[in-house]
Amino acid sequence: MRQRSFSRAFYELISSMRFAVSLLTVLGIASIIGTVLKQNEPYNNYLNQFGPYWFPIFEELGLYAVYNSAWFLVILAFLVLSTSACIVRQTRPMLKDMRSFREHAKEASLAAFQHHERLHTALPTDSASQKIQAYLAANGFQSRTGAREDGVLLAAKQGSWTRVGYFLAHSAIVLICIGGLLDGNLPLKIQMALGGKTTTSGNQLISDIKPESRLGLDNWSFRGNVFIPEGKSANVAILNVKDGILLQDLPFTVSLRKFHLEHYSTGMPKRFASDILITDKASGKSVEKTIEVNKPFEFDGIMMYQASFEDGGSRLHLVGHDLRTGGRAPFQTDATVGEAIKLKQDGLDYTLELGSFRPFNIENMANEEPAETSTVARLEKHLGSGARSVSKKDLRNVGPSFEYRLRDSSGQAREYQNYMLPIEQDGAWYMLAGMRETPAAPFRFMRIPMDQDGKPDSWFVIRGALLDKSRHAEIASRFTATALGAETDETVRGRLRETTRKTLELFAIGGFESLGKFIESTVPPAERDKAADVFIKILEGSAWEAWKLARSTAGLPAVELDQKNGRLLRDTLNATSDSLHYGAPVYFQLSSFEEVRATVLQVTRSPGKPVVYFGSLLLVLGVFAMLYIRERRLFVLIKHNGDALVALSANRKSMDVEEAFQRHRKAIAALLDPAATPPAQS
Amino acid sequence: MDIAHSGTPSPLRRVGIGDGLFALALALAAGFALSQYGDFMDIYDKAILAAVVPALAAIGWAWKPFRGFLAAAAALAVLSISLYGGDLARAEQAFFLKYLISSQTAIMWMSALFFIATGAYWIGLAARSDFAEKTGSALTWSAVTMGTTGLLVRWYESYLIGTDVGHIPISNLYEVFVLFSLITGLLYLYYEGHYATRRMGAFVLLVISAAVAFLLWYTFSREAQEIQPLIPALQSYWMKVHVPANFIGYGAFALAAMIGVADLLVRKGILASRLPPAEVLDDVMYKAIAIGFAFFTIATILGALWAAEAWGTYWQWDPKETWAFIVWLNYAAWLHIRLTKGLRGPMLAWWAVIGLVVTAFAFVGVNMFLSGLHSYGSL
Repeated sequence: MRQRSFSRAFYELISSMRFAVSLLTVLGIASIIGTVLKQNEPYNNYLNQFGPYWFPIFEELGLYAVYNSAWFLVILAFLVLSTSACIVRQTRPMLKDMRSFREHAKEASLAAFQHHERLHTALPTDSASQKIQAYLAANGFQSRTGAREDGVLLAAKQGSWTRVGYFLAHSAIVLICIGGLLDGNLPLKIQMALGGKTTTSGNQLISDIKPESRLGLDNWSFRGNVFIPEGKSANVAILNVKDGILLQDLPFTVSLRKFHLEHYSTGMPKRFASDILITDKASGKSVEKTIEVNKPFEFDGIMMYQASFEDGGSRLHLVGHDLRTGGRAPFQTDATVGEAIKLKQDGLDYTLELGSFRPFNIENMANEEPAETSTVARLEKHLGSGARSVSKKDLRNVGPSFEYRLRDSSGQAREYQNYMLPIEQDGAWYMLAGMRETPAAPFRFMRIPMDQDGKPDSWFVIRGALLDKSRHAEIASRFTATALGAETDETVRGRLRETTRKTLELFAIGGFESLGKFIESTVPPAERDKAADVFIKILEGSAWEAWKLARSTAGLPAVELDQKNGRLLRDTLNATSDSLHYGAPVYFQLSSFEEVRATVLQVTRSPGKPVVYFGSLLLVLGVFAMLYIRERRLFVLIKHNGDALVALSANRKSMDVEEAFQRHRKAIAALLDPAATPPAQS
Repeated sequence: MDIAHSGTPSPLRRVGIGDGLFALALALAAGFALSQYGDFMDIYDKAILAAVVPALAAIGWAWKPFRGFLAAAAALAVLSISLYGGDLARAEQAFFLKYLISSQTAIMWMSALFFIATGAYWIGLAARSDFAEKTGSALTWSAVTMGTTGLLVRWYESYLIGTDVGHIPISNLYEVFVLFSLITGLLYLYYEGHYATRRMGAFVLLVISAAVAFLLWYTFSREAQEIQPLIPALQSYWMKVHVPANFIGYGAFALAAMIGVADLLVRKGILASRLPPAEVLDDVMYKAIAIGFAFFTIATILGALWAAEAWGTYWQWDPKETWAFIVWLNYAAWLHIRLTKGLRGPMLAWWAVIGLVVTAFAFVGVNMFLSGLHSYGSL
């Protein structure tokens, strides 16, 4: 007995409006959590973000995948339970209410309606009743007549379908939740718990993955990715689960013929499309198809979507420039994106990990314009067509680039980003060589100047001489000879020679930074600018001498010291100074490439989709029926003694109820007593 | 005596010659658009165009002034398109384009007119001036006309940039802010006519003015007005149905919140003699939330259908999706309380006002603070 009253109370509670509204609120708040914390990131990111103390606690709370966590599913389960209980609880009274006309309502209860009025009838009950019935029918009411001793009660109603709306909308919620559950990761969780499936790290070859991490063809609900490079094929999908993966066998093999990647002139992506060939394993039949974003394709009950694309192992041909003093001549090496190669010769011990390759880069090369100050001028610029760009743009393709990591023997790595082609900056051309020490930092670029032949070679030559200690003495004496000309005093010459040698020595250690430190420690503040000027002049002169010397040694024609070459020397010094902080013994130049793309297709089997869609349809129908079909009940009591009563009730209070009542009251009063009331205007 | 017609029949029965002509004009316009631009449409686009005809005709039947507005906006757009003559540079040369009906200029006019209308409504409220309120009304009508013209012309301009660039101008935050202002404005004008009072304009126009202020900031500081091509995920006919449905929802919720503010003031006795009675405000608030909820439901479902096609899953708890869900839950709870409990009064008004905060976060906040798939306009 006690048991029963408890379950009764529980039923009362979960089917109550209070509970439903609280549940909606709780669900809303719970949902917010997953939008604040990025979901389904690699676990390492969370570990970095929260530290070793909080990381496992948050993991236990399911915060990294809130919408798949047990507690969130429990809330949803309660929503289903509560909504179902509501439906069950309301069904019988509602159906009864829908069917009933209440033609036996008491006069007193009609008189208690908010919208009622006593009228007078001048007609015999029968004819009055007929007229009113005709009126009710014409106004879209269904009516029933209840005869009584003192007269007749016409009970009419319309809009009962709004009650059906209630069932539709609430069943829809249940259907959508159930369908969503089928397509969520609950089926996967169950297979892992009951079927003994475990995730694997994903660092091994697909053929090495054990059966307990493979899901068979009988799996009826999954969502995974298939990675296929151009010219290759795949027959398994990878499912990311927590911090590991599972393999899903597919009943077919997908080959990627070609991946189309198109861009607008602004560099924005325009089209991603995969030309694929699907071969069914069982029947051997093949289908050719192009899958695009927004144009998925279904095969064997599995939907395939264009999810993303990656590099499929592009082949880059690189030229390595040894940056070490006395290093070897430029050498060639080939590398594949996504792979690592060992650089182990001539004292080098590095691993080159080629990370990515971009076949083009669109950059805005326009110079910043001064902002328009007057309001009218600014407004004027914003009038006209929406096609016009207000700020000046000069979009240019600056060519391919690639990124790689260079790891030394102790495992330390820096990241590099190099462009294939020289880029124009401030009127001169440079090779840009970017470097960063941590992945989070932006790249810092070394600008290697291009010489009159459009090559970076001069820079390597001058740099080599400036940083080579054994050549400093010769450069110093040549510079002294050029700078002093006819000056014969050996002490003066000797002093300049020594200063130059010392300057070069300092510069070779840490570039401008070492010189700056030297000036700060030896020169009084007032004279530092002047000293710096002197050092720069010495360096520029030395660079010039080094260049001339190198050219004559190589048998190249002499160069003029014009404005262009002057700038080249200054740029050379800057880049040389930067190169001392480059952190790599080799600069890699991209000489040519063969791009290979790969597509990533998402493959899903979602059995809940039709359920959810059907639920959605019911939801829309239900919501509109509930909100826009108005239920009205109109009662007209006609008594033999000439008294009459009209009353109107509605399932909801709103202003149009009163308006409708007045309309019907006037019309009915006129029908019952045509003489007393002027006929209503038609 | 014909008793059948003595009551006020349903609006659809009040169809006159004007309505017939309106429907005919819509059908002709759609046919013309089909013949002129059919090559740029796929079968779904054509189906949507066909469905728009009865939808607009029904709105015109139920709400007569809508017909004049649509005719005016369409006429201005056609004039603008003919002045362009297929050459974007004409926007700088033709006086009418440069200063009146090129897309940017028309949207600037819309902005200015909304601001002045707001002022007019407030003067009307403060001075109890019927004339000022009528002026506010006329200005609001002009503003929505100019804004609609602006969007229609922008649509055309996008195709002049390149046929591969052209698309309906509801694809980024800038464009939908214009859409939001228009829809909120139109919804307000409908209620203004339906309840025969212009007193609510002062409040509703405030939220439109706020949206317009944002729009101007976005234009002048961020150059967001420039037409951008569509990324692959957005290249779909679904955009034409999902986005407008969503903004009927957002617009209606924003309107309901402003009515909620007025309602709270009236209940406290502030401006009570100047504003409509609380009972009327309550009714408008309910009607707005009801229509907003219905369309927001449709929009969310359409979004799910689109997501299934573009991203491979109809629901994946992307921040925008989740916040749409939260907005939906919020108004679902509001309607439950009001309809089932029959609750009225300040509590629901407060709730509607707070609902705007939730809605605004879902609309703009998600783009500003959270990252996800739906990042089509950043600040």
